[in-house]
Amino acid sequence: MQYLPNIIFAIIFFFSISIFIINIRKIISNIKLGKSIERNDKLKERFLKMLYVAFGQSKMIKRPIVGILHLIVYVGFVVINIELIEIIIDGFLGTHRIFSSYLGFFYDILIGTFEIFAFLVLSSVIIFWIRRNILRINRFWKNEMKGWPKLDADLILYFEVFLMSMFLLMNGADNLIQKNFPENLQYVKAGFFPISQYISLILDGFSFEILFYIERTAWWLHIVGIFVFLNYLYFSKHLHIILAFPNTFFSNLNKKGRFENLKSVTNEVTKFLDPNIDPFNNSQGNEEIPDKFGASDVIDLNWVQLMNAYSCTECGRCTSECPANQTGKLLSPRKIMMDTRDRLSEIGKHISKTKGKFTGDGKQLLGDYIKPEEIWACTSCNACVESCPIDIDPLSIIMSMRQYLVMEKSDAPSEINNMMNNIENNGAPWPFNQNDRAIWSHEI
Amino acid sequence: MDKKNKVPILSEIFPNGKTPDILFWVGCAGSFDDRAKKITKSFVRILNKINISYAILGPEESCTGDPAKRAGNEFLFQMQAISNIETLNKYGVKKIVTTCPHCFNTLKNEYPGLGGNYDVFHHTQFLKDLLDTGKLKIESGSFKGKKITYHDPCYLGRANGVYEAPRELIKKLDAELVEMKSCKSKGLCCGAGGAQMFKEPEPGKKDINIKRTEEAIEVKPDIIAAACPFCNTMMSDGIKNKEKENQISVLDITELIDDS
Repeated sequence: MQYLPNIIFAIIFFFSISIFIINIRKIISNIKLGKSIERNDKLKERFLKMLYVAFGQSKMIKRPIVGILHLIVYVGFVVINIELIEIIIDGFLGTHRIFSSYLGFFYDILIGTFEIFAFLVLSSVIIFWIRRNILRINRFWKNEMKGWPKLDADLILYFEVFLMSMFLLMNGADNLIQKNFPENLQYVKAGFFPISQYISLILDGFSFEILFYIERTAWWLHIVGIFVFLNYLYFSKHLHIILAFPNTFFSNLNKKGRFENLKSVTNEVTKFLDPNIDPFNNSQGNEEIPDKFGASDVIDLNWVQLMNAYSCTECGRCTSECPANQTGKLLSPRKIMMDTRDRLSEIGKHISKTKGKFTGDGKQLLGDYIKPEEIWACTSCNACVESCPIDIDPLSIIMSMRQYLVMEKSDAPSEINNMMNNIENNGAPWPFNQNDRAIWSHEI
Repeated sequence: MDKKNKVPILSEIFPNGKTPDILFWVGCAGSFDDRAKKITKSFVRILNKINISYAILGPEESCTGDPAKRAGNEFLFQMQAISNIETLNKYGVKKIVTTCPHCFNTLKNEYPGLGGNYDVFHHTQFLKDLLDTGKLKIESGSFKGKKITYHDPCYLGRANGVYEAPRELIKKLDAELVEMKSCKSKGLCCGAGGAQMFKEPEPGKKDINIKRTEEAIEVKPDIIAAACPFCNTMMSDGIKNKEKENQISVLDITELIDDS
């Protein structure tokens, strides 16, 4: 029975890692449902962008207060995960603070650093909770945030509070055992405890047995909590902690004003304009004609747009900067991303049920999730794209859906149709004669 | 007509073997919209003053296709683009300057992929260069001490990262440049982009141009400087709506330079 804890630990470890890998694979295969897009060029520039925007959080800092708080949680997360290595080794081997005998004084410094970060993370997360639930920052209370998204956001904060508290409680009990019961040799004298020493003050007076159970319970709750949190990511907006990196790496490097020219359309237009090609003879030219222009469902989007959807952490900066949303229109760029993700998950589930190709379920992104009214409210101003801390591009999805509405359904607002007729007939969005374009020049 | 004020049309001067240094792309608003035509004329007055060799396409110019593309009609956009590129390439055009950020963006960013490669400048970049190189001088300070706020057009600012050229021009007028609470990369749209200019807005609490005008009025300017004919229309409508047309005028940067 001596090895029972080690065995239980190993089972929990491999079980949670397996589930995590299975779920990540599901996400990857869902993202792969998207159409191809060339984003493998300029690797150095892409790498630097990832370093600057995702690793360096350069866009988060544009809102300084929350940017710094987020930076603390992010750095804290990375730094405290070093301690995770020791916890996992201890779990497998049944050792206690295995690194302390190798690292000596440096170990003490490390533990002290972890504690300070744990405290800073705890404080930041509490401030985040206050911003969400007491100050009720507007962007956290928009329509699309009702229900699960709101609960999800709070759950993440509760998780972090729980994990940091267990970490500090574990150290507090450990510290006290080291001080009051040095005869228990498995609790080696190691570590600085700048924060948990205050927890030790509260625990002082308890017997060794009680402190032992507190320390062990906190240790187990902390590590099991981490495994649960790891598997919670799949169901949560918190997936951004992983996807922010590939998302920035594969983001658009061109000028924001440059919208992609559809190659399929270029083929059609050159054929149409070339006097030597008979437009009704399909045998000439073997370019693939797409089954659809634009996008009405998620599988018509490209894989970067789909990855964008999974990367979104629903912070709402895009929506708070959107001129349409600010003036009370239905459009919210964040909702576009959330709808895209939810629809993609739905299709993913459908595929795993039917164990094969998606054959349709009578629903689609446009219409069932996103209304044309949302799509037509966009001014294409790029404020949403500019504001996203991880370079998500909601505008490209809006444009793909406009393309579907106009080119496949001829379903544009009537004034838009008038404008397009004018361009087609007289080369201007208004009904003026092209020959009159220089009349102004006689009036100087 | 005064010979000095004649605007050369490329098809008319090309047979004479004259290829101008720059093509002035006027744009649909600049050609037909009464307010925007004033901006076009101001810019041409400056071009004539500095004795630069330029021409316009006149009847051969056609919509760049920007509003069609942003409305989702990629077919119409590419039809426009390819036939415009044919015209521009026929004359061997190399350098284009335009007073419209939408034309600027489309010509600069979306035409190269379809075979149209030109050096494209927005007029604020062009004017700044003229002042920097001493080809154009601002003599009297008719705007000295005036409070001017600058509204960033989305397709010049965020879309292409041009924030400073227009601001430097305003500073050269000895005017006081005041920034609105959202400016540069965070500048609020006027509401016209993405083909919104040509349709009624979706239902909401307020029109976007009214919100932007309120932000401008907040900094109490004498002048709202614009650098886009569509922004100009939207902001002018906003100022009329707020009955402030006697206190605040909406002017293009070209007009400021032309009037100074």
